[in-house]
Amino acid sequence: MKAYADICKMTVTELIEALESGVMTSAEITQAYLASIAAQDADIHAFLDVYTNTALQEAARSDERRKNGKTLSKLDGIPVALKDNMLVKGRVCTCASKMLKDFVSPYDATVTEKLKAAGMVLLGKLNMDEYAMGSSNENSAFGVCRNPWALDRVPGGSSGGVAAAVAAGMVPSALGSDTGGSIRQPASFCGVVGVKPAYGTVSRYGLVAFGSSLDQIGPITKTAEDAALMMDVIAGYDTHDATSDATIPTDFTLERYGSLQGKTIGMPSECFGEGLSRPVNDSIQAAAEQLKNLGAEIIEVSIPSIRYALSAYYVLSSAEASSNLARFDGIRYGYRTEHYDDLDELYRKSREEGFGLEVKRRIMLGTFALSSGYQDQYYLKAQQARDLLRHEYSEALESCDAVLTPVAPTVAFRLGDKTGDPMEMYMGDLYTVTANLTGLPAVSVPCRHVKEDGDTLPVGMSLLGSKNNLQALLSIADTYERKAKPNAGIRPYERLKGGASE
Amino acid sequence: MSWEMVIGLETHVELSTESKVFCSCRAEFGAEPNTHVCPVCMGLPGALPVFNEQVLHHAAKAGFALNCNVHHRSRFDRKNYFYPDLPKAYQISQFYKPICENGWLSLQTSEGEKKIGITRIHIEEDAGKLLHDDENGTLLDMNRCGVPLIEIVSEPDMRSAEEAVAYLRKVRAILTYIGVSDCRMNEGSLRCDVNLSIHRPDEPFGVRTEMKNLNSFQSVERAIKAEYERQVTAVEAGEEIVQETRRYDQKTGKTSGMRRKENSADYRYFPDPDLPEVRLTDAQMKAIKAEIPVLPDARREAYMQDYGLSAYAAEQLTSERWLADYFERTVKTAKSAVSVANLLQGEVFAIISLKASEAEKAGTAAQEGEASLPVSPENLAKLSDMLVEGRVNSSTGKKILAAMFEKDRDPEAYAEQNALFAVSDDAVLKNAVAAVLSQNPAMVESYRRGKPTVEHALMGKAMAETKGKADPERLSLLLHQALETPEE
Repeated sequence: MKAYADICKMTVTELIEALESGVMTSAEITQAYLASIAAQDADIHAFLDVYTNTALQEAARSDERRKNGKTLSKLDGIPVALKDNMLVKGRVCTCASKMLKDFVSPYDATVTEKLKAAGMVLLGKLNMDEYAMGSSNENSAFGVCRNPWALDRVPGGSSGGVAAAVAAGMVPSALGSDTGGSIRQPASFCGVVGVKPAYGTVSRYGLVAFGSSLDQIGPITKTAEDAALMMDVIAGYDTHDATSDATIPTDFTLERYGSLQGKTIGMPSECFGEGLSRPVNDSIQAAAEQLKNLGAEIIEVSIPSIRYALSAYYVLSSAEASSNLARFDGIRYGYRTEHYDDLDELYRKSREEGFGLEVKRRIMLGTFALSSGYQDQYYLKAQQARDLLRHEYSEALESCDAVLTPVAPTVAFRLGDKTGDPMEMYMGDLYTVTANLTGLPAVSVPCRHVKEDGDTLPVGMSLLGSKNNLQALLSIADTYERKAKPNAGIRPYERLKGGASE
Repeated sequence: MSWEMVIGLETHVELSTESKVFCSCRAEFGAEPNTHVCPVCMGLPGALPVFNEQVLHHAAKAGFALNCNVHHRSRFDRKNYFYPDLPKAYQISQFYKPICENGWLSLQTSEGEKKIGITRIHIEEDAGKLLHDDENGTLLDMNRCGVPLIEIVSEPDMRSAEEAVAYLRKVRAILTYIGVSDCRMNEGSLRCDVNLSIHRPDEPFGVRTEMKNLNSFQSVERAIKAEYERQVTAVEAGEEIVQETRRYDQKTGKTSGMRRKENSADYRYFPDPDLPEVRLTDAQMKAIKAEIPVLPDARREAYMQDYGLSAYAAEQLTSERWLADYFERTVKTAKSAVSVANLLQGEVFAIISLKASEAEKAGTAAQEGEASLPVSPENLAKLSDMLVEGRVNSSTGKKILAAMFEKDRDPEAYAEQNALFAVSDDAVLKNAVAAVLSQNPAMVESYRRGKPTVEHALMGKAMAETKGKADPERLSLLLHQALETPEE
């Protein structure tokens, strides 16, 4: 039998092979990941809840199914975990907020149903920035999550726990949510693959809403191939989500390109100027060179309105959030203040005490942007910028198959480095928010490792494509991974003190 | 010059769809609290609304019936405010792009026909119900959360409480005709906000106040009169009217201020990102239009032409679809449409309103609509014929009708069993007349000396002599003949 640390290094694809060939059971795999969590998570703090008992039961049932030739899907028996803003019936869903500390969901999110229907083993819930607002996971009410590559650095956010757990080999794949880069940026910081599908690809039913017109659920995995497998499970039209889009293809089976001959990759000049750190710029230029060597044609494209993107994003996402988070009022569920004299005070104190600083900042911002007298200047202007961006991206994508940009302007920064300056934190979302504003799919793929202050840190590149082309983006990413071998065997868990070792 | 009142109404109507507007919970009234609920209508985290197409159909149908411009595209917006009966802390409504605009309906007023403009009709979801309880404090019933509503906003075209009530009755008539709502005010499926201002004719409108959630025709009428008086008194005393929301108190019959405009909530309306644009195709519109039945105005005209009813009677009988349907079914087997109309408007309505006020006193719910008239049209037609033919007189008719309300029965058989048919046998009637005349010689004497009014009193006595069953016309004739015949 393999040592658990070896199992935890395996990709979903490799685990499936092991299950299918009978080399391993789901029980063994599940135990290995639970052992990995036990060994590492005290340091990393990626998990907010670990479903030890039920995971082992589910694994046993999966093995039983496999024995009887009745597996539910290819991924039957593969462990999976969820960012703690997706609902699992009978389980606490906190959104990393004091507000929902004890909220037990009475229903399953559509993605949860789909994971269960595929026979996947739910390992638990993952840490995040409160209500998915943040880029460092430092806004969690239950403590920060650390980057497995360097424990004094952030894993990114808001799906920090998701990326950290996958990077550290505590779960082979997990689902995050992405409103302005919340899957892709932590994937980049943690050296894993993160997918933000086109808006409407994955049902939002049962995902606690942040910015309803921007939110999408997507997988974080070790490889593009694994991400495609996860997309096959979670994508699809849902009658419970009126914004889910039946016209988007749901088969993500990769095309195994021998080269990238015939593929055109556009690089927007606006994304390689001021604000981009040298190591990241060098990494993306190097990746472009590798893509070119694989046969792709690299061209320059232009998205002039990208200069409005960040402001538009923060206005729109905060406006929607201010309304979405109004339901957390202390009346029916969630946190309620202990002392109040009247209804007004109950509302005020429950929300004041239940929400963290960043969440309150965004609610204030959004409320202001929607106020009468200001709505035209802020909310409507932001919608106009959004329309411009949509138009410019669709034009750019007429001349190329994918748009290549950085995911984040820097590598993972140190804990506490940006907490004092929200504006600087927001600036880090520049390259990711456009995919949400336009609704287009984008993938974050590790492309290089750089040294910073003695730490080896991963850098991700972003590939963005047209609405129906996520499968093609993943195929390009897969080709790049297989041919350019950007990971070169470097994994963070090999460098963890007291972590998994054989 | 006197002060004229200017009234505009906002009417909230619950649509009678099977399920709620954004989830599949049942929308029916009166279930056990919190039994028709789900994550969506309870506003749980992660839940999303999905629009019920039946609501679109009903709202468009109402729009066509109220002569509106029904739009191919409309959209939902969020109206943000905190209140415990609103689980999401926003109401999904249509603010920027309502489904219907620019309609009208017509009223019969004392000065003839009057058109009232309809500004817009939009779709929205109802809120829950707070139940205040001494023992448990305030409890929340979420069954009503997400029940579909349309809000019909009128132009400020009404000039009296009577017109406002007539407008409401007409809205109710039309909506019940087209079957999109049962419009039961006692169950809250028809509620009304009144906007009222005063001015001198030919001067601009004054500042208006709004009275919310009036739930009976009577309270609408009384609230308007009370608020008009208040405004006139205030203005004549040199005070200014402030724009505000006022509450009408049924007990005191007065209105009192609730919320001033400057303190009013900023609802921060914005398009609901969870719901795509609502679309209606030409084909859908055509199909919906084709479903609209003959409406009250057209029916009223027909009743006047075909049955010879008065404008008033025709208006009354067409005010509700069930009533008009009932009238038409009754007329089919009755000999006289006018008699049926008189019977319905007279004795039948009297019994219904008596029962309603008895129920109100007893604190129970009165039967409404069709259920308030438990007599079959065939039986009512028979009674009408018995009256027309003089086989029962009107007071006996009343008795029989009361018995028919208790149990829907054949009036012929009932009159037979209880010996209620009118006595028209001349021999019997002549005996009664002779008996009365001989018992009251003084009255006979005064009649003959030139006091014809005595005849009335004698008629009453003669009727009593027959225990009220005499055919009144015949009896009256025989009495008159006897009085006019000189004594032998």
